[in-house]
Amino acid sequence: MMHQRGFIQRLVRCVAESPAAFAAIGAFMGLLSLPDLSMAADSGGGAGAVAYRDVPVIGSRNLVWVIAQLHLLLAGFVLGVPIFAWLCEVVGWKSGEKRYDKLAKEFTKLLSSAYSTTALFGGILLFLLIGAYPKLMAYLSDIFFPSFMVYCALFLLETATLYMYWYGWDAMSEGRSKVFHLFLGFMLNVFAFFIMIIPNSWATFQASPVVIAEGSDMARAWAATWNPTWWPVNIHRLIANVVLGGYICGAYAGIRYLSARGPEEREHYDWMGYVGNFIGVFGLLPLPFAGYWLMREIYQYNQQMGITLMGGFLSWLFILQAMLIGVLFLGSNYYFWLGITHRIPGSELKYRRPMLAMLIILLLCLGVWMTPHSLVASLEEARKMGGTHHPLLGVFGVMSAKMTVSNLMILVTFMSFIMYWRAGKEDTATWAKLAKAVMGGVLVIAGLVVVVLGVWGYFVPAIVRINYFSTSQVLIVIFVMLTITPLTALLLKSAKTTTEMVWGKMPPRAGYSLVLNAIMVILLMTLMGYARSSSRVHWHVYGVMRDSSQYAFSPALGYAAALMAANTFFFCMIVAFIFWVATMGDKAKGGKDGHGKDEMGHGALPAMAGGSPTLDKQS
Amino acid sequence: MGGSLLKPAILIGIVYVILKFVVPNIPGSAPLPSSLIFLYLMLTTTGIVIFATLSGESKDAFWNPIQRFMTGENIGGLQALRYAVLIVFPLLVGWQTYGSTATSDAPPAENRTIHPAPPGEYTGLSNPVAKTPENIMQGKGFYAAFCSPCHGGKFDGKGPAARGFNPPPANFSDPTTIAMLQESYLFWRIKKGGVGLPIEGMPWKSAMPRWEVELPDEWIWKIILGEYDGAHQSPRTWE
Repeated sequence: MMHQRGFIQRLVRCVAESPAAFAAIGAFMGLLSLPDLSMAADSGGGAGAVAYRDVPVIGSRNLVWVIAQLHLLLAGFVLGVPIFAWLCEVVGWKSGEKRYDKLAKEFTKLLSSAYSTTALFGGILLFLLIGAYPKLMAYLSDIFFPSFMVYCALFLLETATLYMYWYGWDAMSEGRSKVFHLFLGFMLNVFAFFIMIIPNSWATFQASPVVIAEGSDMARAWAATWNPTWWPVNIHRLIANVVLGGYICGAYAGIRYLSARGPEEREHYDWMGYVGNFIGVFGLLPLPFAGYWLMREIYQYNQQMGITLMGGFLSWLFILQAMLIGVLFLGSNYYFWLGITHRIPGSELKYRRPMLAMLIILLLCLGVWMTPHSLVASLEEARKMGGTHHPLLGVFGVMSAKMTVSNLMILVTFMSFIMYWRAGKEDTATWAKLAKAVMGGVLVIAGLVVVVLGVWGYFVPAIVRINYFSTSQVLIVIFVMLTITPLTALLLKSAKTTTEMVWGKMPPRAGYSLVLNAIMVILLMTLMGYARSSSRVHWHVYGVMRDSSQYAFSPALGYAAALMAANTFFFCMIVAFIFWVATMGDKAKGGKDGHGKDEMGHGALPAMAGGSPTLDKQS
Repeated sequence: MGGSLLKPAILIGIVYVILKFVVPNIPGSAPLPSSLIFLYLMLTTTGIVIFATLSGESKDAFWNPIQRFMTGENIGGLQALRYAVLIVFPLLVGWQTYGSTATSDAPPAENRTIHPAPPGEYTGLSNPVAKTPENIMQGKGFYAAFCSPCHGGKFDGKGPAARGFNPPPANFSDPTTIAMLQESYLFWRIKKGGVGLPIEGMPWKSAMPRWEVELPDEWIWKIILGEYDGAHQSPRTWE
């Protein structure tokens, strides 16, 4: 096995280092693709007359679905990671703590490896779209040609900036050159943001098109770009990318932690896992608000599309979504709680009851969130209920209940973090008692108001609930965060540390929970990606260009779920490969430095699958 | 063995009893479908596992008895029970799998799409009839004549003919029905009835008549005014 691994590593290095080998692989891939070319030619005739081409066995729609989803997931990672990599670098530069700089560099290493794969999948997607949907692509090109050009220019700038940012890290590590490096990181994010929002305009145009018949090319492109769902999707995706990036980095750290071979490495990856989880949670908290806004805009844009999504056949996806988000909230909180228990010795007894209370609230909220309006019931059960709508629990199935519990879950998760932040510290400020009373009061009152508004929401017109009650609930939660965070920070400034945080002592299940969180986010993105695309039903461009291909039908939900699971699996495999390649050099270096497996002590065995006796004992 | 396993087992038992026997007997309630009971029990189990594995000690107290039992290590007289579990559990899984996949004459569990999307021509329509007391009163009159036999004089879905229908007629006073919809949606449903539902809404067994063959559009719009007013609900709007 070791011999085989060595062979694969040598092969990858050989391909990476030798242009000839790369060309040979390219030629081989080209040979493999020859049948595709012949297939495309078979569909024949004049290129202008062909509206669709199919791909045998898998079908063009499925193939586009898989490739588009993989491209989107990779792009989400590539566009999300620079945001917090740059922020980490800024923190490291400002505080002088080198570990933040090291962490930022490690994030960027993953980014640079994933970037080319993202572009590769983008290219494949483009070829597939041009080949399989020539008529649609001709239509979109006609409208969006100016933005295609801007997109290409941005891509060049992003690539050049990323090269300089990554390869210049060590060379620009001190003084003014560091400032320039930080500027490069900032520009990387600016370009990345525009690279995200331009394709968003193409996709959102398909769902909520704005077509003007007259005007210059620029005017038509601009009108189509600024369509009703463009900004809601931009904001939602921006936040979701941070969540995806954070959790994937967390999963990477979790796996590295599980396979760490020394205390130093274990400490580093434990900390990195914590940061990844924190970033994921940080993004997760505002994400439901952004999603709510997006859905509201869709409803307002077109009642039919809104109902298809939230009340029609796609509404079942939102029950799955509730389950996945619920697992994500539980997984993130579980990781925080494990951190309190294991990183801060002696704190378990003190926090066990609050953790139990939080867990119960989370589970109750999740129970409400996952309760569908129309229940899956056998004929006999439906007869007993008087329909598929339960007379008592049916009230949990509508938005007033869902919004209320999602806000409560966000509050609980926020308090989990605050509890983690305060653990192992003793307040010394004279006003500490007052501050804690204020924080407790704010939290309790906010929770009660959120619940009261949720219940009241059933008795007011829908528009009052949507425009005033739901937004008030969101504002209350934000108010709690903006009140408690600075107060806690002020308290901790003068607090005495009673127990030092110990890194590298987390049990193996902490690493697995990080991996679970990442998989949940990926599944969520595949699920919602399908929902967004399917809401157009049999239209390529909603209400403008009808899908007249053999695939102009919405796949059954079970079939779609299988493809989502397959996409998640493929993406995980790609990410695993990218990370394996990215860390190959580190491992080789580690081996040369004398940290080989044979030289390790017994307690330093990897913790993977609970293989570390030391950690197992502690856990 | 496993005193710490007893508490979770009791908790799961209590939750099951509440869902199966207590909730259905609350006034105005009904038995819960098994899918929902299963969902809530899974949540309870997840909570138990999460809480039990927070610390090393609690994890050991929770997991070690299970591990000992499954491996047969120092379990004394429980060996027979262990063998029984090892044999019966896979059989139960197999039976469950067979039961859920085998061909049966029972109708499948309903996966009803309660609000299928309306056709494009019915979206965005606004009520052309002014919301005046006279029109509302007239709408209520039409409602009493044509709709109340099923949907009830109190707009609660309990008309004299309601018992004969499955699914039952909609309860308009429930804030989760017409209050979530725009007037144009109701116009479509009243006009086209159960037979006019799209494929998306299948399998559908609505016996709602196709009122377009009997009532002019103006009457339907007036009925909508009367329905919302009588049920003390407001239609979904964007202003």
